[in-house]
Amino acid sequence: MKNKIWLQAGLVLLPIIISLVVTALLIIAVGSNPIEVFEKSWEGAFRNSTSFAGVVNFWIPLALCSLGLVVTFSAGMWNIGVEGQMLIGAIFASWGAQFVILPSPLLIGLEILLAALGGMAWAALVGVLRLRLGVHEIFGGVALNAIANVLTIYLISGPWQPPEGGSAQSTAPFPTDALLPGISNEFSVSALAIGLVILGFIALTIALRGSRWGLQLKATGKNAVSALLLGIPTQRSALSAFLVCGAFAGIAGAYRVLFTYGSLRPLSSGGIGFLALLVVLLVGTRTLSALLTALIFSIILGGSTRLKIALQLDPSLAGILQGLIVLTVLLTNGLRARLLGNSAPTPTVDSPPFPTPEGAPHG
Amino acid sequence: MKIELQHIHKSFGQVHANNDITLTFESGQIVGVLGENGAGKSTLMKILSGYQRADRGTILLDGAPAQYHTPLAAIQSGIGMLQQDPLDVPALTVIENFIYGQPGGALLSIKQAEQQLSVICQRLGFSLQPNAPVFSLSISQRQQLEIARLIALGVRALILDEPTTGISAEQKTLLFNALRTLAKRDSVTILLVSHKLEDVLALCDEVVVLRAGTLVGNARLPVPQTELVRMMFGQVFAPQERPDVPLGNVVAALNNVTLRGKRVTVSDLNLDIRAGEVIGIAGLDGSGQELVLRAFTGLVKPRRGQVLINGENVTGKSYVELIEHGIAFGAAGRLEEGLIAGLTLTEHMALVKNKTPFIRWDIITTLTQNLLKEYDVRGGPQDFIERLSGGNQQRVLIALMPEGCTLMALEQPTRGLDVDSARKIWGQIMSRRDRGTAILFTSPELDELLTYSDRVFVAYAGHLYDAGDAKTLTIDVLGRLIGGDFNRPEAVAH
Repeated sequence: MKNKIWLQAGLVLLPIIISLVVTALLIIAVGSNPIEVFEKSWEGAFRNSTSFAGVVNFWIPLALCSLGLVVTFSAGMWNIGVEGQMLIGAIFASWGAQFVILPSPLLIGLEILLAALGGMAWAALVGVLRLRLGVHEIFGGVALNAIANVLTIYLISGPWQPPEGGSAQSTAPFPTDALLPGISNEFSVSALAIGLVILGFIALTIALRGSRWGLQLKATGKNAVSALLLGIPTQRSALSAFLVCGAFAGIAGAYRVLFTYGSLRPLSSGGIGFLALLVVLLVGTRTLSALLTALIFSIILGGSTRLKIALQLDPSLAGILQGLIVLTVLLTNGLRARLLGNSAPTPTVDSPPFPTPEGAPHG
Repeated sequence: MKIELQHIHKSFGQVHANNDITLTFESGQIVGVLGENGAGKSTLMKILSGYQRADRGTILLDGAPAQYHTPLAAIQSGIGMLQQDPLDVPALTVIENFIYGQPGGALLSIKQAEQQLSVICQRLGFSLQPNAPVFSLSISQRQQLEIARLIALGVRALILDEPTTGISAEQKTLLFNALRTLAKRDSVTILLVSHKLEDVLALCDEVVVLRAGTLVGNARLPVPQTELVRMMFGQVFAPQERPDVPLGNVVAALNNVTLRGKRVTVSDLNLDIRAGEVIGIAGLDGSGQELVLRAFTGLVKPRRGQVLINGENVTGKSYVELIEHGIAFGAAGRLEEGLIAGLTLTEHMALVKNKTPFIRWDIITTLTQNLLKEYDVRGGPQDFIERLSGGNQQRVLIALMPEGCTLMALEQPTRGLDVDSARKIWGQIMSRRDRGTAILFTSPELDELLTYSDRVFVAYAGHLYDAGDAKTLTIDVLGRLIGGDFNRPEAVAH
C-alpha cells in the first residue's frame, strides 16, 4: 500500500522532471546555461507586477477556452474549432466596440454578450456539421478556423479599415469607453474578466457534477449508443456542449480585442485555443485542474519573453517545454494504467459514434 | 496438421467460457464445432488462432507444444482463421490483398504472386481476377481470396467461422468442394464453426459439441440430426408451471412492415402482441429477428407498413419518442448498447429516473438502493457498472426499464449467463408480464424459447414463421424450423 503511494507521487513528478531535464539538455546543446535560463524565466514571470500582469492576461482567455473545452470533452468531442470561435467572438465584440454608442458599462456588457453569441453560432456550425451531416468535428473545426481568419482579414483590410488607410494590420483603436478597464497602471489586468473566469468555473463545476445536463453529457461522451438507448437525446446533448464551449471561447476572443490589443487584429486568438486543447488533453474533465494547468502554461510562456532580452534565446523554448510536459504526462498516464491497473484519467482521442436515432445500433 | 488441445481454460470475469477442454483434431479431418451461442466455441477457436490467450492449458501441433499469442504467430505456426466478416482491405486489389502478410517485404514480385494465386485458384476451383478491387467482390469471393491467402502463407489448419452465412447454395457447394480438396489431398485440418446442422452433416467427418464452456460430445458422422440437437441443447426442460395470465388487448402491432437490415430484408411482416403475452423469436444470427425488435422500438424505420403501439400509429417516430409511448428495449450487448462503462449504478439511475434540472443525489441513491434490493443486484450504488457480473448488469438493465411499460423488447436477455442467473432474470421479466407488460424476446436457446414464450416465431432468411403455441411445440420441431425445414403442416408461413 505504501509502495503504491510512492508510486503515485513518483508518477506525478516524473513528467515534470523528465521535461525539465530534456529542456535543460536542449539548452546546453545550444550553448547556454540551463540554470540561468530557468532563473531568467522565473524573473520573466514574477519580476514585478507588470510582468505578472502579463501572465494573468494570458491566463484569462486560456482559462476561458480550457473551461469551454472541458464541456465538449465531457461529451466526448474535440472542439478544435475553438480558435475560430474565439475569432468570431472577437469580431462580434469589435462590431459593438466600433458602432454602438452606449454608456461604458452597458456597452461592455453588450460586447461580451455579442461575443458569446458569436462564438456559440460558430460552434453550432461545427456541431451541426458533425451531428447532422457527419463531418468530423476536427475537420469542420479546422475549416471554420480558416474561414474565421479570412473574415477577420477581410474586415480589417475592407469595411473596418482605419480612416488613414488599410494596412491589414488592425482596425483603428477602439474608444476607451468600449474597452475593459484595468485594475491599475502597474497591474494592468481586468478584474471583470477575472470575475467572469471564476463565475464560469463555479457554474461549470456545479453543472457538470450536479445537473442532469452534465450527467447526460458525461453519458453521451462515454457511450453515445448506450446513452441513446437509455433515452438521452444524445444529439441535443452534444450540440449543447458545443454551444457552451463556443460561448466561453467567444468571451475569450472578446478579451483579446477589448483588453489585450484594444483593436481587432489578424490572429487575435493568438493560438490560445490550440493551447487550451493541450490543457484539456492533460486535465480531462476536471475544471479546477484546467484553471491551474492554464496558469502553469501562462507562467512558462510569460517567463520565456524575458529570455530573448536577457540571453538572446528564442522564446519558442517555452513551447518546447510545454510540448514536452504534455507528451510526458500522457506517457506516464499510460504507464500508470499499466502499473496500477486502473485506467488513466486522460481520455482517448477517438470520438464516440453519434447515432442518429434511426441508424443507431444495428444487429 | 494434428492439433491437440489439453485442459484449456478461459474465463471472462465470472463466465467460464472454456472449462477444461481436451480435444484432438487429426490431420486431414474436417471437424464441425457445434454449440449454441455462448457455448464457448468461438472462444476456443480464438485461442487456437491466436486472437486470445488461454488462462491455462497446452496446445500441441504435430506433437510439439506451441506458443503463440497473436494471429500472425498462429499463422506462422500453421493455423489460420477465416473470420465471419473477412478481414481484407476493400480498397486494395485482389492481388494486393493476397500479397499482404507474405514474407518478402519491399521486394514483392507481383508476377510470382499472380502465378501462385492462379495455381491455388485452379486447384480449388476458385475464380479470382488479380486486378479486381476487393470491394467489388461478393462475400464468397472474399472468402475464397482469404482462403487462398492463408494457404499461400503455408497454413496447415484452417478454421472457418460460419462461412455459409450469406452465400448461395451454389457457392456453398464450391466452398465445400475446395475444403474437401484441401483436407483430403493436402492433409489440411479443417475446423468448421457453425450452428447450421445441415452444413455440418454435409461436409464434416466428425463433430465436437460444446455447451456452457465444456465439451459435451465428440462423434464421427454420420449421426442423426436429432442426436446433434440433443447434444447441443442438452436435456429438454419440461415447461415450468406458470400461471396463465389472461391476455389483454393488442398493445403493439406491425402491419405489412418491410425492414431492411445490413444482411437481410424482412418483408410483409405482420405481428400482434397482447398485453401480458410473451412472444419468443427463434432463428440463427442475422435471420432478421433483431430487425423485428428494433422496428417496434423505433431504432429501425420501416420501409413500408405501419407500427402501432396501443392502437396509435407510431411509424417513423424515434426511439426517444417511443419511450414515452411505453416501449423499453434491452440490446444483446449490454455494455455496448444499454449500459455505460465508467458510470456508477446511481448515475445510471439518475439518467433514467431524474427529471429535474438538478439531480437530487440523496433521493436517487435511496432509489438505487431500493431497486438493487428489489432486483437482487449484487453491487453497491457507487459501483461502476462494468465491475458487476453479467447477470447483475442484466438485472440493472431491467431495473432501469420503466415500471408499467407497455412492451419490453429484449434481445437475448440471458446471453452469456449461467442457469441460475438466467432463471432470476426470467423471474423478473415474468413479474413484469404478470402486471400486464407484453414481452417480445429473441434467444438462441431453444429451451428458453419453449419455456417462457406463449407463442414462438422463427426468423429464417428474412421471413417470420409462426411456429404456434409454445406448449405444443417440441425442441426437435423448433430445431428443424430454425434450420429452414418448413415441410411440416404446423409451420405456416406468415
